[in-house]
Amino acid sequence: MTTAPASHSLIRRLVEDSRSAFGMALVSILVLAAVFGPVLSSYAPDAADFMATLAPPSADHFLGTDDLGRDVLSRILSGARVSLLVGVISVGGAVLVGLPIGLVAGYLGGRTDAVLMRCMDVLLAFPGILLALGITAALGASLTNTIIAIAVINTPTIARVTRAQTMLVSSLDYVKANRALGFSNLTIMTRSVLPNALSPVLVQASLLLASSIITESYLSFLGLGVQPPTPTWGSMLRDAISFIDQATWLAWFPGAAIFLTVLGFNIFGDGLRDRLDPRD
Amino acid sequence: MTPLLAAENLVKSFSVSTGWGKPKRFYAVDTVSISVERGRTLAIVGESGCGKSTVGSLLLRLQDPDSGSIRLDGEDAMALDSNGLRRFRRRVQVVFQDPFASPDPRERIREVLVRPMLLHRLCDRPEALKRAAALMEAVGLSAEQLDRFPHQFSGGQRQRIAIARALSVQPDLIICDEPVSALDVSVQAQVVNLLQDLQRDTGVAFIFISHDLAVVRHLAHDVAVMYSGRIVEQAPTRELFDNPRHPYTRALLAAAPRVEIQRKSHVLLTGEPPDPTNRIAGCRFAARCPYVQDRCTQEEPPLVPVNAAHLSACFFATTLPQVETLPDTLPGTSASARMAAYRRARDRQTQQAEDI
Amino acid sequence: MKLIVTRVLSVIPVLFGLCVLSYTLLAMIPGDPITAMLGMDATPEAIAALRAKFALDEPLPLRFISWFGHLLIGDLGRSIQSGRPVLSMVMTAMVPTMQLGLAALLISLVIAIPAGVISAARRNSVADYSVSLISLAGLSLPSFWLAILLVLFLSIRLQIFPSSGYVPIGEDPVGALRHITLPAITLGVAMAASTMRMTRAAMLDVLNADYIRTARAKGLPFRRVVWKHALRNALIPVTTLVGLQLGQLMGGVVVTETVFAWPGIGKLTVDAIFARDYPVVQGAILASAVLFVFINLATDLLYATLDPRLRKRA
Repeated sequence: MTTAPASHSLIRRLVEDSRSAFGMALVSILVLAAVFGPVLSSYAPDAADFMATLAPPSADHFLGTDDLGRDVLSRILSGARVSLLVGVISVGGAVLVGLPIGLVAGYLGGRTDAVLMRCMDVLLAFPGILLALGITAALGASLTNTIIAIAVINTPTIARVTRAQTMLVSSLDYVKANRALGFSNLTIMTRSVLPNALSPVLVQASLLLASSIITESYLSFLGLGVQPPTPTWGSMLRDAISFIDQATWLAWFPGAAIFLTVLGFNIFGDGLRDRLDPRD
Repeated sequence: MTPLLAAENLVKSFSVSTGWGKPKRFYAVDTVSISVERGRTLAIVGESGCGKSTVGSLLLRLQDPDSGSIRLDGEDAMALDSNGLRRFRRRVQVVFQDPFASPDPRERIREVLVRPMLLHRLCDRPEALKRAAALMEAVGLSAEQLDRFPHQFSGGQRQRIAIARALSVQPDLIICDEPVSALDVSVQAQVVNLLQDLQRDTGVAFIFISHDLAVVRHLAHDVAVMYSGRIVEQAPTRELFDNPRHPYTRALLAAAPRVEIQRKSHVLLTGEPPDPTNRIAGCRFAARCPYVQDRCTQEEPPLVPVNAAHLSACFFATTLPQVETLPDTLPGTSASARMAAYRRARDRQTQQAEDI
Repeated sequence: MKLIVTRVLSVIPVLFGLCVLSYTLLAMIPGDPITAMLGMDATPEAIAALRAKFALDEPLPLRFISWFGHLLIGDLGRSIQSGRPVLSMVMTAMVPTMQLGLAALLISLVIAIPAGVISAARRNSVADYSVSLISLAGLSLPSFWLAILLVLFLSIRLQIFPSSGYVPIGEDPVGALRHITLPAITLGVAMAASTMRMTRAAMLDVLNADYIRTARAKGLPFRRVVWKHALRNALIPVTTLVGLQLGQLMGGVVVTETVFAWPGIGKLTVDAIFARDYPVVQGAILASAVLFVFINLATDLLYATLDPRLRKRA
């Protein structure tokens, strides 16, 4: 119960609160764009218009058009949907798999822990993007496989965080008391340990959303992620390279979309951490 | 008559990885035998790190001993199927030291008390709610507080909740692991009195693990003194305090008649307990013992009767020089008084913080 | 010492796991590598002959054992496309990647350490907030976007640096330097972002320590305390992070190398995936992962030698 000195804590809180608000705003914009994208723009994302190829931003096309005359704004809005989808499902999948693994490993300890965590170590030993590349190379490049690949590289991170927190919570007296009362391991894990171990996992998950969206854009940029004609920010940037000297807007806007989205999730995750873990 | 709980020759060691070759074994509990009768209180005392809490955890069947046996009412508690273990768990309960880690911070007190009753099918939910209210009254809280969360209580109140939780399954034995040492002195007395009242009313037995001799003297029927993983002396409380037969017990009593051993022990106890990773030949206390003889460093003294109810693990138990009788209440040293004042102030502060 | 040996030995099961994983990953590929090699119109006899040659009819574990046996003597197979041994291709590609990695590391340290120190020394100042905002932005910047923007401004508009390609440093040092600049900045910025945060956090820890307060109480100038006494100790945790960064850098390496046509391990991997040259994919991924494991190992060991507390405990 310490109260921070009031003098600079006020400035701090203001800065941090406005920062969190900024992060939330960016995330909300992404979600709105993903949900209402088609309504917001009068062009279909893959409608080619050969009368208006490589048109610079104008009143007709706010963010210009690409080499096939497709509206960049529509494509960015539709790419938001892909980014959010990949991010949420791949992180959700990682939580679905990694959380039970970390919980069981951390609570039971011993050999179970050693075996499970060695497996996670192996996955973690691969630099994330290379593992994702390997998986998409093996399974073929598609939306589903991109999600699977990113979920796989996220899983060990979630498992590690859950395990560490579970070990911490499991050693507390109320968990021991519940064991002495005769509650089953499953009951203790789900009712006593998990709820008290969850907040760092949530923080990690929100930060993973940011890195997953970046990884998806890397894969799409390389042409090994989500395949055309589905528009993604990564593949839009890939196409932009060929016209970089004629149409800079093709590079500016999708890149800015990725940047702002990831920034939003990072700020949001930081804010969440400060809120849930007020150590500083 | 079979004792309620009897443990024989418990050994618990942990492996200490050294990186090279075979890991060393750390013997936290080394051949410990104790037993407690119905309605009685056995205290296990010793410095921190002597293995007394590990004994508690073994008796609770939270950890498996390397070897040794535990019997509850004569029934082997080491070879229980899941139903048997559940019955054991209902009969043997625990109260831990730290009131702040003891109740689940996310559970209402009502659930803390009701869930164990339902788990052991002691009654249906309406009845369990009634019993929970009665339990709250029994430990000196009120039934209206059942809706609250643990953080809305003070340290002493939480310890009362922990006691109520243990009582909720109507156990025959409660193992209290330093239940009052984290509490303010005045609150300590209240909780100790509560335990005594409960024993009188319900006939529950206690194993009271503590380093606080004043509390032990007040509460326990029998005392076992542990040193470096072994029991060095065991006797009825009065007998042990009046006529200690082991140099270690004497050092404890002389050092700290009224205050905790942990802080004050170095008045008489110089040196460190031996490194328990090496089982040395001879008496473990030899290096710190004022009466040490050659024999003490060569063979280990067994725990043997000095008289009918008094066991000591000292070769010279009967020939130790007479101690001058220790007065019942010694005023604390100035240091201990400062310590107590500090603790009171600290507890008051946390309590205030909680109130806010 | 014991700690070090334990840590070194702990690498072995991980390395073996990596081998199993990278083998099974590529063995899962739908479709037959033979068809991929010979094309759809190959005669059944030719297919059967090749299957026998690569022992593809045997069960997976057996094939893994034979592959693993070859791996132990340094035989990673041959490229389907060029017929060159995979090991030598991987080794050749490692050189440019390592050059790039080191250059990026240098750039990131030059940016991050001073920024982190200033940020910590003037906590909660405008400078501090700017640094943490910049580092957050750096963390969120997709490196290929930065790469494209760098190319756009510095090579297409201003024509200072070439937009792609690699020149060996032995042949033309100036040309090599000009070619490495843009890719190194791209990677370096990404690394600098988190190094900055770490430096700041470590410096704050150290600045609060008793010996720093003592040094200040003795009247040593703040500037000197910060840059001499505190920084030296703050660098210990930063080292760990920098090592981990080097490993995580691999992600950025793949993209950066592709954009700048830098003939390193990342580009080799991507090209091989597109060419369906699976032995090369397998070899390149395995090599990067092994490199990553060893960088982490080296970091841990370095940390153990730097931190006297750890040394004593061991």
